[in-house]
Amino acid sequence: MPDALGLELIRGEIEQDHPGAVLDTGFDRGQASLVIDPAQVLAVLGWLRDAPGQGYRFLSSLHVADYLPAQPRFGIHYELLNRDRVERLRVKAILEDASPAGGAAGGTAPEEALATAGGGGSPAATGPAGQRLPEIDSCVSLFPTAEFQEREAYDFFGIVFRGHPDLTRILLPDDYVGWPLRRDFPVGGEPVTFTYNERNYG
Amino acid sequence: MRDRQLRARDMLRGDLEGEELERYVEERVVMTNFDKMLGWARANSMFPLTFGLACCAIEAPISLVTARYDVARFGAEALRASPRQADMIILSGRVSIKMAPVVRRLYDQMLEPKWAISMGACSSSGGMFSNYAVVQGADKFMPVDLHIPGCPPRPEAVLYGFTKLQRKIMGNPDQGWRRRYDAAGTEEWARGGPKSEPSPEAVEAYDAARELIRA
Amino acid sequence: MAEATESRTEVMTVNIGPHHPATHGVLRLVVDLEGEVVRELKPVIGYVHTGIEKSCEDKSYWKVIPFVERMDYVSYFFQMEAFCGAVERLVELEIPPRARYLRTIFLELNRIHSHLVWLGTTALDLGAISMLWYCFRERDKILDLFEMATGQRMHTRYFQVGGVIEDLPLGFEAKLRDFVADMPVRVGQYEDLLDRNEIFLSRTKGVGIVPRERLLELGVTGPLLRAAGEPWDLRKTFDYLAYPEMDFKVPVGTVGDNYDRYRVRLAEMVESTRIVEQALDGLPEGPFIADDRKYVLPPRSELPTSMEALIHHFKLVTEGYRVAPGEVYYAIEGPRGELGCFVLADGSAKPARVHYRDPSFVNLQAFRDMSVGGYVADMIASLGMLDPILGGVDR
Repeated sequence: MPDALGLELIRGEIEQDHPGAVLDTGFDRGQASLVIDPAQVLAVLGWLRDAPGQGYRFLSSLHVADYLPAQPRFGIHYELLNRDRVERLRVKAILEDASPAGGAAGGTAPEEALATAGGGGSPAATGPAGQRLPEIDSCVSLFPTAEFQEREAYDFFGIVFRGHPDLTRILLPDDYVGWPLRRDFPVGGEPVTFTYNERNYG
Repeated sequence: MRDRQLRARDMLRGDLEGEELERYVEERVVMTNFDKMLGWARANSMFPLTFGLACCAIEAPISLVTARYDVARFGAEALRASPRQADMIILSGRVSIKMAPVVRRLYDQMLEPKWAISMGACSSSGGMFSNYAVVQGADKFMPVDLHIPGCPPRPEAVLYGFTKLQRKIMGNPDQGWRRRYDAAGTEEWARGGPKSEPSPEAVEAYDAARELIRA
Repeated sequence: MAEATESRTEVMTVNIGPHHPATHGVLRLVVDLEGEVVRELKPVIGYVHTGIEKSCEDKSYWKVIPFVERMDYVSYFFQMEAFCGAVERLVELEIPPRARYLRTIFLELNRIHSHLVWLGTTALDLGAISMLWYCFRERDKILDLFEMATGQRMHTRYFQVGGVIEDLPLGFEAKLRDFVADMPVRVGQYEDLLDRNEIFLSRTKGVGIVPRERLLELGVTGPLLRAAGEPWDLRKTFDYLAYPEMDFKVPVGTVGDNYDRYRVRLAEMVESTRIVEQALDGLPEGPFIADDRKYVLPPRSELPTSMEALIHHFKLVTEGYRVAPGEVYYAIEGPRGELGCFVLADGSAKPARVHYRDPSFVNLQAFRDMSVGGYVADMIASLGMLDPILGGVDR
């Protein structure tokens, strides 16, 4: 991992080219992470990939974590890997929920300007119940490996990636309603009864 | 042994007469009724479908047909890939909600008479995955003849279940243990014996559970 | 579709799977075929999606371990290691040296097991049916070893946070040494069968080539990347478990076709045997699990006499340990590539998010590049050499 000092240097250099992009840095248990502004995702990732001396050209993983009940809730994590120096860097872009559910617990933050800045949004930016979905730019143009992983993030959390070639459900049936891995979605399952007893004594 | 050979030679020559002939024929011909013979033939020549869903698929069908836990000794080594040619399906693995219609369609396409073995905990009852994505038991959408517990069940367990299925096909469906352990009448509430009525609390409990499913 | 008088071809869309003998699991492929040539390919997955990641959020940390090992159901020790390693980093727990070596032994045995299953089923797809019987004979030997040490053939839940759950039984070492002596001979036999077999060569040489840069763009790791010439192996680049002390080579291919992938995996089997042998030789004495009672169960022999042990046991079994908020991503080299585990802890006894970066899921994106432009039969060979395990793809 780049150590804490290296991390601050990276932040400084990004700030020069893209001011306001890096919101926070974190160095926890040996892992370096950058928290960035979701609107500048492509700029920061592109800088990390292409700037001479950086070279984080390998995207190990793109995944989403739901930080509910903390707001903003959706953290999109980009695990970058620099194979020359063998260093990992985590880039986090944290999104608000675009249309918090009416019955959500706790004080919900007001609508993030980001969601409305997307204008009417693409048709996929509204969920099946007409709810608005959080949006972020897709990084498939920078890292083609993100294609399936962004589809999985959309499938599980309902996050729309603008510019993705084919944003459809990947692991769940196509007509499934709901975003299962959100924290306010129930685990599901139903009780199992035993048919021997049903048939003979039920 | 030599005696039998001599008798066989006499038979061929037409020399056996009377009682000897009768005894000869008796030793070689089995009298049975057609149903039993048919059951015997069906049970010992099943054509399983090569169908594996998840972890149990590595234990069966793959591990089962390999040399150590050979299922060929039970006559079932002719695994067919097409459901139109198979008559037994082993549901080996968790059935997810996306796969369930596919499995049902495969089952419908199979030959009659057909049998389904639900192998492992996941296809029998959802297993450890009590969540939105796994069907809690394959018998929610298709008839299952035999359940084999385990996660994954050992290949020997699958073979034991397989022999039970064979006995069931041959018309002798005793799952046997109540009689063997003289435990008839020990069902949950039938304290008055096998023909008694369930107690009102038990009826209520099962009605409630049934409502919960159907709701 | 050719006419009698003039030759016209049209593109036909064929659906392969999800139930198909040659797709390794329930993979559905929607293929556009022009004659026998593949023009476009779209994998449809999700037929064995089990919602493991969601279920994990509902369980305490040690209960997550049996869930998580059922993802990629052929390399179960690797999933356990990814999760236990991630949690150990979260709670900053050191595991004792004996546990590191034991984990390494079992991981490499599992790698051999996974490659044997791959070889048996892929050779079966290509028509070399005898390989199936031979490979599974060896696989049964490995499963006997697992059963001897852990009690279960598959899904052993042997690794726990802090080390391993039990020490090796008597007689295990002798049996393992027999196996280790025997395995290279067997791999030699497989090579004799397949290496210079004309049919095998014509089906795999020059087939399914994807250039190295494209593979890196697509995020492909593991034997697929190494066959294309890139010597990238997480066991060598990141220090974890006992790998820094092991002396082993990383086989790297040249061209990146299916034949190279086959050779790389066979060579990896031999290297894994060497690692097991070295780990067994160098197995240090000592405890097999950490003794931090906050996270690790105390041994049962202490329970009748020690009050603290009883309290720790009770707390760990009922509620489980709480982990301070934090997140960690920990990646190891699985038999198919980089297996990464992301754990988000929110201070309670249950993880708030467990996500696996599964190598088969990411490698599947390379399948299109491997098959488009080739024949359908080559597509099936490429699918075998890609070695996806649908449990890992769908989670």
